[in-house]
Amino acid sequence: MTNGRFGIHGGQYIPETLMNAVIELEEAYARFKDDTDFNKELTYLFNEYAGRPSRLYYAEKMTKDLGGAKIYLKREDLNHTGAHKINNVLGQALLAKKMGKTRLIAETGAGQHGVATATAAALMGMECVVFMGEEDTKRQALNVYRMRLLGAEVIPVTTGTATLKDAVSEAMREWTRRIADTHYCLGSVMGPHPFPTIVRDFQAVISREIKQQLQEKEGRLPDAVLACVGGGSNAMGSFYHFIGDPSVRLIGCEAAGRGVDTFETAATIATGKLGIFHGMKSYFCQDKYGQIAPVYSISAGLDYPGIGPEHAWLHDTGRAEYVPVTDEEAVNAFEYLARTEGIIPAIESAHAVAHAMKIAPKMDRDKLMVITVSGRGDKDCAAIARYRGEDLHE
Amino acid sequence: MSNIHSAFEKGKAFIPFLTCGDPDLETTAACVRECVKAGASIIELGIPFSDPTAEGPVIQGASLRALRGGVTTDRVFDLVRELRKDVSVPLVFMTYANVVFSYGAEKFISACQRTGIDGLILPDIPYEERGEFAPLCERYGVDLISMIAPTSENRVAMIAREARGFIYLVSSLGVTGVRQEITTDVGAIVRVIRENTRLPVAVGFGISTPEQARKMASLSDGAIVGSAIVRLIERYKQDAPRYVGEYVRGMTEHLDYT
Repeated sequence: MTNGRFGIHGGQYIPETLMNAVIELEEAYARFKDDTDFNKELTYLFNEYAGRPSRLYYAEKMTKDLGGAKIYLKREDLNHTGAHKINNVLGQALLAKKMGKTRLIAETGAGQHGVATATAAALMGMECVVFMGEEDTKRQALNVYRMRLLGAEVIPVTTGTATLKDAVSEAMREWTRRIADTHYCLGSVMGPHPFPTIVRDFQAVISREIKQQLQEKEGRLPDAVLACVGGGSNAMGSFYHFIGDPSVRLIGCEAAGRGVDTFETAATIATGKLGIFHGMKSYFCQDKYGQIAPVYSISAGLDYPGIGPEHAWLHDTGRAEYVPVTDEEAVNAFEYLARTEGIIPAIESAHAVAHAMKIAPKMDRDKLMVITVSGRGDKDCAAIARYRGEDLHE
Repeated sequence: MSNIHSAFEKGKAFIPFLTCGDPDLETTAACVRECVKAGASIIELGIPFSDPTAEGPVIQGASLRALRGGVTTDRVFDLVRELRKDVSVPLVFMTYANVVFSYGAEKFISACQRTGIDGLILPDIPYEERGEFAPLCERYGVDLISMIAPTSENRVAMIAREARGFIYLVSSLGVTGVRQEITTDVGAIVRVIRENTRLPVAVGFGISTPEQARKMASLSDGAIVGSAIVRLIERYKQDAPRYVGEYVRGMTEHLDYT
């Protein structure tokens, strides 16, 4: 066991057919990650195209209403394409281009990563194919249209539970079919090495900015950073530059669906156990024979039975905490942030907002909390209306 | 020398694959016995996994049907125990890392030895991750079989030198499933393998017709067929054993002419 370990987690548990592809990727990334021109190009795209740095907004009304910690929102929802996903995609697409690849494939759950990949492909003149669980194509019909509008082909995946995990499996299968010209633009801090590291590095811009922006506004570190976790890319990006600052509590908010004591949950840390799947060793929701569990969450983006290996390691070491948040709590937070701050968060991000609503009132007023609003919630309005019993047609 | 090696000593090997428990374990057992009667050299038994990322739609479907039917790793071991009362050809398991890992690697691999499983094929354990299971496989005398792919290139020698049992040469890019044509230069890869190991080489993925099997076996030591057989079982269900037997006989008789 050699490559890409976070404690016991990570590794490269993939078919031999893909091994040279991931080695090639690893070598290319090692060559470009500290390359001045590559970073100049990426920073240009981040700033001029994606609209970085994203704002760190003081949520004054929410702070006063909850009556505890001072709350800042890291506004990844304001990025071009409406979520943090663009950070990783611009990095990977640029890397793929340098590697001479002409075609991007991707999986998507809520559709945000698919939209981001389709966007980068359009920008860089690359072909794009997105795999999306059929169930999710129905939940996120608008994003399917956006991807097609951007020139991508969207392939509905009907195998298994027809959600995110099946989209990942199908994208992996497609990659084994066609490797020479194709880069698999994985959307989260998961999969085989080097993906968890590459995606984390491109998303780490979030915590780099938080640290600098809070220094400017408050002259100090935050006391707590909260982010939602499915695979865990926005959380990893939000945590990364604080891992070495032990005074900063790092809190990942998992999707508990209808509750961690039901089968309709996607809370991996709360209900999963150690396993090997999708190229990595980490925690997974599974039965006693290792069959991957059909998970559930109202949020298509958190509806995944595993968690990235670096999160698994942060959990093992106790450096980060992982808490479950139910559908009901997330929907309440979705509505709360809309009414209180005039910000409609993605239902994924609403999981982090929900946990903040639980703990902020218990924290002293001189404590600083940052919540990463990983995406905007326009895509979720119809689903939330349905959840509340309103039949809304998009 | 392992049982697997001796299976290749009687001419070209034919290795059929069956998904355990599709449509039920009794039918799987009957299919195994038909395969033996029809001259199969080694039988590959698939333990179904919920998310088999190296499989095409045919074996994915069989895996899900078997799981829905209630097949578990324990029940597959029961099947092997039952088969070993009269079946002596080498049996190898083909499954995914998580099935072994979650059962407890040592418990799984020692049970392989006890029940009479000769080898283990895990498509999501490449050379770099062999350390996860290889030491236990050595201890219990179970061959951890290595796969080599058309994209392996500079890795072929390294993999071949560490391999056990036989080399599973993947004929083409992509996942399992029937293919019209196999375009990989199988002969060239086999030559590099031969320079690095004396183990036999069997070619799998995409083979369905006797002609394809004969061609692949002529370039190597044997042919592996999965999806084409699983498709027969999907079609004929409990009546499948005799059709599987006929099919395997057609393949083995054809291989004998090489």
